[in-house]
Amino acid sequence: MATLLESAGPAVSAGPAPAPPARRRSAARRTRAEIALFVGPALILFLGFVILPVILAAVYSFYNLPQAFQWDDLADPARFVGLENYRRALADPVFMGAVGHNFFILGMSLLIQGPIAIGVALLLNRRMRGRTAFRLLIFVPYVLAEVIAGLSWKLLLQPNGGVNALLEALGLGALQQNWLADPAIALWTMFFILTWKYVGFAILLMLAGLQGVPEELAEAASIDGASWWQVQRYITIPLLGPTIRIWAFLSIIGSLQLFDMVWVTTRGGPLNATQTMATYMVEKGQFGGQPGYGSAIAVILFLISLVIALVYQRFALRRDLAGAVTRGVR
Amino acid sequence: MNRRSTRLVALGLSAGLAAVALAGCAPSAGDGEGDGVTLTWWHNATSGPLPAVWEEVAAEFEEAHPGVTVEQTGYQNEELQRTLIPNALASGDAPDLFQVWPGGELRDQVENDYLMPLDEAIPDTIESVGATINPWQVDGATYGVPFTFGIEGFWYNMDQFAQAGIDTPPTTLDELIEATGKLREAGFTPIAVGAGDKWPAAHWWYQFALHSCSPETLQAAETDYDFSDDCWVEAGEQLQEFLGTNPFQEGFLGTPAQQGAGSSAGLVANGQASMELMGHWNAGVIGGLTPDQTVPEYLGWFPFPGIEGSAGDPTAALGGGDGFGCSKDAPPECAELLEYIMSEDVQAKFAASGSGIPTVPSATASLEDPNLKAVAEGLAEASFVQLWFDTAFGTTVGNAMNEGIVNLFGGVGSPEDVVTMMQDAAATL
Repeated sequence: MATLLESAGPAVSAGPAPAPPARRRSAARRTRAEIALFVGPALILFLGFVILPVILAAVYSFYNLPQAFQWDDLADPARFVGLENYRRALADPVFMGAVGHNFFILGMSLLIQGPIAIGVALLLNRRMRGRTAFRLLIFVPYVLAEVIAGLSWKLLLQPNGGVNALLEALGLGALQQNWLADPAIALWTMFFILTWKYVGFAILLMLAGLQGVPEELAEAASIDGASWWQVQRYITIPLLGPTIRIWAFLSIIGSLQLFDMVWVTTRGGPLNATQTMATYMVEKGQFGGQPGYGSAIAVILFLISLVIALVYQRFALRRDLAGAVTRGVR
Repeated sequence: MNRRSTRLVALGLSAGLAAVALAGCAPSAGDGEGDGVTLTWWHNATSGPLPAVWEEVAAEFEEAHPGVTVEQTGYQNEELQRTLIPNALASGDAPDLFQVWPGGELRDQVENDYLMPLDEAIPDTIESVGATINPWQVDGATYGVPFTFGIEGFWYNMDQFAQAGIDTPPTTLDELIEATGKLREAGFTPIAVGAGDKWPAAHWWYQFALHSCSPETLQAAETDYDFSDDCWVEAGEQLQEFLGTNPFQEGFLGTPAQQGAGSSAGLVANGQASMELMGHWNAGVIGGLTPDQTVPEYLGWFPFPGIEGSAGDPTAALGGGDGFGCSKDAPPECAELLEYIMSEDVQAKFAASGSGIPTVPSATASLEDPNLKAVAEGLAEASFVQLWFDTAFGTTVGNAMNEGIVNLFGGVGSPEDVVTMMQDAAATL
């Protein structure tokens, strides 16, 4: 410190500082104050409601806590179990099954929902009768609240519900199933409901992306004799790339965090056939009276999502998001 | 620091009041004498006749105690039990009077010093409910008082039983199995079970355990989590054998217990199943799920039959109740409100409304519902009442146990696995 002051001394004494820099300095200080003023409240909320809970969950995950625990429990050395909760989660077939279900939904969404969405968007992007009505119909399930959609499907799919009654009426009685009550098919049923709910959103995104594809290119190609399919295959779909990659990103994160729909329809059952990481976490942490174990699961879910998100951004979204996410506003 | 800021607030407030007074719209100084106590009261009455009863009780109490305001709110049972109350207690902002579940959860709450001991405040009230108070006591101190207590049994469709040629309700397990066979032959689904919610399925295992284990074994399990006795595995074996007779409805693994026409209670309410094993509250649930919202004429009740040749007491019953307790820092008026809720008048009103079975014996006479009367008789005749096992063992063990039992229902896992899961869960405590 002393040397710094000494070295600063002569510089100051060399002459009075010029006026403009001082003004600039106070302006900079004011800008900084403004930033603090405007960002401050949001930052406090973010730290308090996002960062702090994440840290707390990580802390809790090292403890074996009772259902209604108090701060004292964290000071109790007998409650500290180290990595035991993680070991237990990774050795628990139900949890590993839940991880598998998340990745099943993830893979199926990409493989099935994506092509459906692109295909329907391409069809709806042409001038045709009733286009608005089609768009509306496809988008309605997405607008519907998740809980309402889930409960409706739960009622329709129960053994004596609407779907089985419809099959019977159509003479397809042999196809009747216990859609959500049979462990062998419950996850597929869940995937169907999710597709019904979310494919509309994917189609909407793709339609929006198609607006950015210049029509001139398609026109030029068809003048050169390209068929409709060739135009889509070699021009439209490649140009839709950024939209598809963003949709896939949202779909991946949504699949990993899947909770609401499962919770209202099957609550992870029957026999854990539709259990996801998030439902298992709530089942154990909140309803099973084991907040420590639940926290460990929350941390695992967080890490899996984080790693996948970072890897995806690094490799798939790099071009699309250049400068937008990594380098701030320019 | 704190005191100064309160003074500042007080200053600000009085300045504000002065301004109001100057403006000429100050409230007339009438109830300045009342100390302005507000009691918050959380209960699980959300449908049926009970919400109206509690609302009336709150109003009457306010009238008899000037200056006291009672804010009563009803929440869905599981929501209240699993989320709202634990969070409110842990955050130090608990309601004054609230539903306190007996057994394991009560022990946890007492251990965390969340509850007010009631023995000195309302000894007569505690006395009045007799032995039903036991599950709300820890080490001889009372932390809650049950306002209703009942036992589990079969809610059945008397018309369908008659059509299937069953004259009297089964009194042994063999007769029960025989009855389900007759019902199947007559084209009915014999028994509905809401295994999607786990606990209704688990109750079947509880009943087998209750009728296989001696009262001493049950006691040891509750206090020491000792499940070494063979009877716990036997219960699973009996259940497996019973499941082999195919007594339940299609797709029972996905059936909820009490919500909607497709639930197990709904199946009985709409004549799609002949009976359901369920607690004393089920008449109200079934009534709420019929098209005309009334308890069906054909609904009857009989207790779970004894099992021949097992160590358990054939007249033992499985049951539970709802009770209220006060939080540690509640004002003394809280105990007074509880005393009033437990008074003979309110208990009689509760009984007459058909909401459940009162715990004060003299109020039992006010029961009008024939099914509740039957349950009350069953309770009186039971030699021994075991609290629901999941409640008695607490959340952690109870949850693992229920999961193991549902696995058994789904044909996954063995009777030994259920006991292993219970022991593993107990080891984490």
